[in-house]
Amino acid sequence: MSAGVGMGADAGDVALHVDWTRCRGRGLCTELFSEQLERDEWGYPIARAGDPGDPGDPGARAGDPGDPGTRDVPVRPHERAAAADAVAMCPLQALRLVER
Amino acid sequence: MTLTHPRTVVPPTGTRRLLAAPGPTRIDHEDTFGPLPQLGPWVIDELGRAGVDGRGGAGFPLARKLAAVTARGRRRGRGAPLVVANAAEGEPASRKDAVLLERAPHLVLDGLVVAAAAIGASEAVLATSDRLAGPVRRALAERAVRGADRGGDPVPISLRVLPHASFVSGEASALASAVAGGRGLPEDRVVRLAERGPSGRPTLVSNVETLAQAALVVRFGAAWARGVGSPSAPGTRLVTVSDVTDPATAVVLETAGGAPLGELLRASRLPVTDPAHTRAVLVGGWGGTWLPAAALDASFDPEGLARWGAAPGAGVLAVLDDRTCPIAVTARLATALAGASAGRCGPCVNGLPRIADVVGDLASGRAGVGSVASGRSARDLAGEVRRVAALVDGRGACHHPDGVARMVRSALDVFHDDVQAHLGGRCLLERGGAR
Repeated sequence: MSAGVGMGADAGDVALHVDWTRCRGRGLCTELFSEQLERDEWGYPIARAGDPGDPGDPGARAGDPGDPGTRDVPVRPHERAAAADAVAMCPLQALRLVER
Repeated sequence: MTLTHPRTVVPPTGTRRLLAAPGPTRIDHEDTFGPLPQLGPWVIDELGRAGVDGRGGAGFPLARKLAAVTARGRRRGRGAPLVVANAAEGEPASRKDAVLLERAPHLVLDGLVVAAAAIGASEAVLATSDRLAGPVRRALAERAVRGADRGGDPVPISLRVLPHASFVSGEASALASAVAGGRGLPEDRVVRLAERGPSGRPTLVSNVETLAQAALVVRFGAAWARGVGSPSAPGTRLVTVSDVTDPATAVVLETAGGAPLGELLRASRLPVTDPAHTRAVLVGGWGGTWLPAAALDASFDPEGLARWGAAPGAGVLAVLDDRTCPIAVTARLATALAGASAGRCGPCVNGLPRIADVVGDLASGRAGVGSVASGRSARDLAGEVRRVAALVDGRGACHHPDGVARMVRSALDVFHDDVQAHLGGRCLLERGGAR
């Protein structure tokens, strides 16, 4: 289960979680965290091709309907700062870092 | 553990279990099933041994869900858990929850009592649409005449009529929101409902059939429960069979878990299931998986369907005959599903209508002369569907877009020859043309 982690968290893998009910595709995050994010054709953030999270594997998301259904974007250790910037600067507060 | 049965009823035999009572009244119910035994946390282990899984769509084991709520509740001290029976039945091809509430409302309410006892809930709610509220009201009125000290319910059960009955209203976070007084729309979650629902309390949301199965297991035991069914689908399950072009034809069956798909179609006695004319079956729900007629020998359980890349979902089998254009049907489903979006999440709002447009172009034969909607060459239409499906899959607060992606991808696979014909401006159906 992914629980929210603070920006100072340094244990374990983290991922960037998008609250799609808040995101309006302003695109700031894709500039601040361009290592992993780009904009889809509608402007919403999406993991860059080549590191697509876990698409195409329904088993990875099927299961507990109480689990988040979203495809979180993996964040590598050296990308933590950039990802944290994206979280902090999102004008709609639609992003957060979660444990993977 | 050993169960004691302070009653004289005989456990139902065969595959008529949930629907074994002759009528919906409390007398019918008690004559058929007897009273509930003394409940407590022990029921979680018994439900685990019985292998009761979720019947709303995801198939998650009930015992694990109950255990998750109790663990969270103990650790966090967030207040007594809340248990919610999900009878939204937003899936257009499913009728089983309606039939269950009409035929066996007390079994569902007993299931709520069982779940509440298992997790120490102080309150239970049944959430459903206005259309299905009647039988629940009548059953609750029958139960209200007895106090908790005279065999009445140990937890208060209330009815919550959902503000709207849409495709996504039964999604767990949407339902929990409605019960907590919210708008009843899917919510973003990084914390499980089991830990903290919208009301701030650990929340268990479970489909009404799942709960009714639990009410049987605690009475008659896990060994009895496993007396019918297959290893990956012990016990019985409710299945809705329908003509995919007309959900009003729906027939609900209670069958042994793991029955072959073809057998379920025959048992429905629907004209559309004539084996000589069955072309394909949409399995699980509108957001499910198309399977070809060659798959009709597969067992309707997680194991048998996994080989075909499908899952039982909400217990739906929607049948397509060989006189109807599968691309046209897929386009209609995609359009309906796009219209059923809650409209909250960008990829869903933008991507689902786009998928519906491109499949519609493919269906209507505009593929052969290039497409206005796609702005791409005709040959790219199938690829365009896959590309946009990948853009919506997993990018929403709920699983609605994932289901649409799954359904259209499986259509491209199963109806490959039809797709190729449509790309060339033809339809394989003689008179169907590009309908």
